[in-house]
Amino acid sequence: MFLSLEVTFTALVFAAIFGIPLGVLIGLKSFPGKKIIVNLTNTFMSLPPVVVGLIVYILLSNQTGLVGDHQLLFTPTAMIIAQFFLALPLMTGLTYTGIMNVDKLYRISAVSLGAAPLKVALTVVGEARFSIYSSFIVVFGRLIAEVGAVMMVGGNVRYQTRVMTTAIAMQKGMGEFQTAMALGIILLLLAFVVNGAMEIVRSWGRVTQ
Amino acid sequence: MTVIKLNNLKKIYDGITVLDIEELEFETGKITAIIGPSGSGKSTMLSVINGITKPDTGSVSFEDYEFSPGSKTYPQDKRRKMAMIFQKPVLFNTSVFNNIAYGLAARKISKEEISKSVRDIAVTIGLENKLEQKAVTLSGGEGGRVSIARALVIKPKLLLMDEPTASLDPKNISIIENIIMNAKKSMDTSIIIVTHNMFQAKRLADNVVFILDGKIIEHGTCDQIFNYPENEQTRAFIHGDMVF
Repeated sequence: MFLSLEVTFTALVFAAIFGIPLGVLIGLKSFPGKKIIVNLTNTFMSLPPVVVGLIVYILLSNQTGLVGDHQLLFTPTAMIIAQFFLALPLMTGLTYTGIMNVDKLYRISAVSLGAAPLKVALTVVGEARFSIYSSFIVVFGRLIAEVGAVMMVGGNVRYQTRVMTTAIAMQKGMGEFQTAMALGIILLLLAFVVNGAMEIVRSWGRVTQ
Repeated sequence: MTVIKLNNLKKIYDGITVLDIEELEFETGKITAIIGPSGSGKSTMLSVINGITKPDTGSVSFEDYEFSPGSKTYPQDKRRKMAMIFQKPVLFNTSVFNNIAYGLAARKISKEEISKSVRDIAVTIGLENKLEQKAVTLSGGEGGRVSIARALVIKPKLLLMDEPTASLDPKNISIIENIIMNAKKSMDTSIIIVTHNMFQAKRLADNVVFILDGKIIEHGTCDQIFNYPENEQTRAFIHGDMVF
């Protein structure tokens, strides 16, 4: 259970560090090829986890991988890397959507009040903060429930890379439906608690801002 | 003296010329009302003057800078000498204090000075007791006052207003008109106001520009335009006889 949370939250944090600025940049800047970037981001948002798992597996593999020497395959780090690539397009795309949903008059007002480009960007992000915060909840939901990619690059090794979802898949394979179901309920409760906590933080932000 | 000058300005959208001005000068320290029917290009003119919209030909001269099709927008030092107020008050999702302080904070003014300026202007707009309140919870009239205070607190040389009282009740219109008049007197701010309200133009403006289909039909002092219009279309518009 703790490994599930560790892998999910680490990937989530890294995806936020890279994805939010990227989404803001795409949302606020005009540049050649922007439409293509947006289309690619939207496409990658529905990237099948097994495809991500396969690519990360190949990259980390001893025989074929570009970074195979680091012995990362079948470690939690490999699982975080796979989760990160799943989460990044989601975080970027949802941030971009949040930024685009902010009335352009906010940006124009900030500019007309003499704000420098960085302050304008931060103002728009501030207006989109609840949408951006919602993207954390969506991405968390996707990552905590993910099984294909983490199974492929983690290998479901007991005490090392076995997370809730891969344990459920394994128990089902062994015909242990009751255990699988129990684990499923625990996973659902875990997601419920984390989402509840996130929602409390979000509503607290609405009141105090 | 001229605060801003438009030269051979054209703006074209989808092949339709929405603004076509040969030359127009706005006097320093005066209130100029831009009047005209809906879709005549008033707001586009304001948007071009403010640097939000680029002209397709011609230029806007502000101090020693020419804003032309080749420019990105005004340089920061010029931009910070003007402010724009929109028809719909755009209030940031934070306190009234932070909204009013926004432009000052952008200029990296000290916190003490910001606090004093914000509190002083809050008294002027009658919202000194609501500074800690979230701006989005204000009424339409209060929001309008905050957006004007936010622009005036930076003491702009040029203030652009796009129908700032369009959706307000008579009491708030009167409050805002008083604020505008005081700003002109006390800060020597040049003001360009787009309005549909002929009575408001008469009450506030020193000069009036009548615009139709993107072209200036007539401009002059308030007295000239309202009492002695030379153009038939101007006369028809101010008497409400114009058929669109």
